[in-house]
Amino acid sequence: MIKIETPKQLQDLKNEVLSKRVDIKKYITVCSGTGCIAYKSPDVSKAFDEEIKKRELSNSVQVRRTGCHGFCERGPIVVILPEKICYLGTKVEDVPEIVEKTIVNNEVIDRLLYKDIETEELMKIVEDVPFYKYQKRVLLANNALIDPTSIGDYIAIDGYSALAKVLTGISRDEVIKTVKDANLRGRGGGGFPAGVKWETTRNAPGKTKYVLVNADEGDPGAYMDRSILEGNPHSVIEGLIIGAYAIGAKEGFIYVREEYPLALENTRLAIERAGEYGLLGKNIFGSGFNFNITIHRGAGAFVSGESSALMSAIEGEAGEPRPKYIHTSVQGLWDKPSCLNNVETWANVPFIINNGVEWFRSMGTEESKGTKIFSLVGKVNNTGLVEVPMGITLRDIIFKIGSGIPDGKKFKAVQTGGPSGGVIPESLLDLPVDFDKLYEAGSMMGSGGMIVMDEDTCMVDTARYYTDFLAHESCGKCSPCREGLRQMLKILNRITAGEGRDGDIELLEEIAEVVHEASLCALGGTAANPILSTIKYFRDEYKAHINEKRCPANVCNALIKYHIDPEKCKGCGLCKKNCPVDAVIQVEEKLFEIDVEKCIKCGACIIACPKKFDAVKKISEGASVGVS
Amino acid sequence: MKEITVKIDGKDIKCKNGMTILEAAKTDPEINIPTLCYSDKLQPRGSCRLCMVEITKGKRKKLVASCVYPVEEGLVVETKTEKVIKIRKMLIELLWPSTQHLAEEYGITSSRFALAQDDCNLCGMCVRYCAEVKKKNVVYFKGRGVNRKIAFVPGKIDECISCEECFSLCSGGYIMNEMVKLGH
Ligand SMILES: Cc1cc2nc3c(=O)[nH]c(=O)nc-3n(C[C@H](O)[C@H](O)[C@H](O)COP(=O)(O)O)c2cc1C
Repeated sequence: MIKIETPKQLQDLKNEVLSKRVDIKKYITVCSGTGCIAYKSPDVSKAFDEEIKKRELSNSVQVRRTGCHGFCERGPIVVILPEKICYLGTKVEDVPEIVEKTIVNNEVIDRLLYKDIETEELMKIVEDVPFYKYQKRVLLANNALIDPTSIGDYIAIDGYSALAKVLTGISRDEVIKTVKDANLRGRGGGGFPAGVKWETTRNAPGKTKYVLVNADEGDPGAYMDRSILEGNPHSVIEGLIIGAYAIGAKEGFIYVREEYPLALENTRLAIERAGEYGLLGKNIFGSGFNFNITIHRGAGAFVSGESSALMSAIEGEAGEPRPKYIHTSVQGLWDKPSCLNNVETWANVPFIINNGVEWFRSMGTEESKGTKIFSLVGKVNNTGLVEVPMGITLRDIIFKIGSGIPDGKKFKAVQTGGPSGGVIPESLLDLPVDFDKLYEAGSMMGSGGMIVMDEDTCMVDTARYYTDFLAHESCGKCSPCREGLRQMLKILNRITAGEGRDGDIELLEEIAEVVHEASLCALGGTAANPILSTIKYFRDEYKAHINEKRCPANVCNALIKYHIDPEKCKGCGLCKKNCPVDAVIQVEEKLFEIDVEKCIKCGACIIACPKKFDAVKKISEGASVGVS
Repeated sequence: MKEITVKIDGKDIKCKNGMTILEAAKTDPEINIPTLCYSDKLQPRGSCRLCMVEITKGKRKKLVASCVYPVEEGLVVETKTEKVIKIRKMLIELLWPSTQHLAEEYGITSSRFALAQDDCNLCGMCVRYCAEVKKKNVVYFKGRGVNRKIAFVPGKIDECISCEECFSLCSGGYIMNEMVKLGH
């Protein structure tokens, strides 16, 4: 294999890859991200391989296993190129028909298309599907086009051309200036300007410097970074090499959580391939610049994603934050200047180099430029990974891309920023999403989690859930975080159990202030957000729990009872049949009742009751609950 | 080492570059910063947060843990601002009863909370002494978050019987009681 030493050789390699494709008329791209794998997409790709071979189409049709397409809820996703026909929920049984109709005869199979929730119109092409239509896919766009295990695929879409440009003609200063001018802010949560951090690391005294990728991604429900590393690892590696050159680092680390096997494997493979082609190692692009990358497997603690904890973990210590009155960019890994950025931050770099500062700045708001990937989950029709320009409103994300709330329910709140983010109520749905606006609203961008909640969600219970997560995921080193969370959790537990006391809200606020002010790291610094934001926007709900012993959303088990509406009950008996504790009693031939003494509130009766009857209800009547 | 001057509670304190605010404060008998996890025998850890003070840098005020914050020329430090007192009061309650000795000074008579672990406030002095001074690593932190506890590495506790040096660092006597519980 030849080593790539000049931009021309890179271009030649690109041409060579493309020349092998001239006869290919159609590509069948099969999403092979973790979500679709769970839906058995490997079987689908294999079936395509066999079908293409059987029909002797191998010369003109290529099956490509790509990274995550984002619309994970509807996998396995198959997109036929160049037409971009988008099939959702594809099964092995559909494969012969797809090849026969769509590949050979250019016909579309309606059954596999996206059907609009309101108009029932069928959407043929990727860009027509509302989930994709309102996105601005930059970083994720290539995920759907390339096989992440093929460096040739990446080079074919101009991969490593930004690196070539930088190493053969852009000075370190200019690279840093470009990233600063673009105002690329850290995608890992804090939104700190990446260019400023690069410059600090570069100017810090010491010859040995490090660059690091944060792929710890411990937020429940978030998988943006995972999808990039799984689907397009070279983009992160290219960004990292460019950063290393600008900063003056010879060694880089990618910290990936062990629970991401595919991300680990694809990243490992990508580093190996890049090394073979001379894109890592000695004298890259003949510039005299040497650089190597090591993968560090994280043991899966949320707190290890914090910068000083992550560096401790790489050093072999426990992943616990350290007091850092000297920034890690000056004194980080092994006390050397170290620049840590998030996966998505690094992946933006090649785009900024290739497309320019103006292009990047054309997307977003005054202070937050570019796009951001969110994992849109919860009570929303279309869930998955969405990439949007900064400044888009929450309403557009949830109601246009997400197509609204399922089952005709009402929107209640959206939780952003991961476990230590906050909830944002309906009154703020028109908030433009950027770092500062979310912060002002009492939440944060975090790494991009976005959990939609409908009217059936209890806000006190929501706060309790996140506080519980943080109380157990805090490292426990500093006392305000550990003990503050312990006590706040106790209080929330008692409120949701119907044992809340007068003054509990104020006590929560009092503890929260100290946890926020006095904790050692940002985990504690932000840990009170779920509590403070729910109190801020849903104080009445806390009051109902404490003063009236009532859960308005009918969620908190201690405060609700199950009830069969005698007007609606048709006496089918399904509730009785499904009750695991025999708590349903037949009172008349066509009427059932629930014995609240026996009932364990598991909800089996609600699920069993036919939708058309809708007779079983949860009710929360306040102090009278439990007295039947 | 270079001598520098910092202002703590309005007093000029001469100290050496490389010292922490707490070390500088200790040179003046009138300045009193409470601590739970500090010992001059050990590396500072900045974890109990009782030693937090407010510093002024330019126009900005900032809360920092004085046991780990390095002094710098002209630094202005206040050890008893309203914010600092508020934090200490809450921490005294949260870490009760191991903070009882501070209660009177801060006008606290009892805590609204009960500590989950009898007398241990997880200051970690035993852990650090065992690791840093004795280089034995027998005592360690087990678990994280609210489940964190002091524990002995199984099979190595015999080392403790001939040592017991960390007992004197443990204000609540917790580490001794734990060993007794284990039958030693
Ligand atoms: C408790 C905690 C967990 C964090 N987890 C992550 C994470 O999983 N991924 C990440 O990129 N940043 C995480 N961060 C933020 C990092 O500390 C750091 O700010 C970030 O990696 C810097 O990169 P950026 O500037 O590109 O965002 C976490 C911070 C805290 C306090």
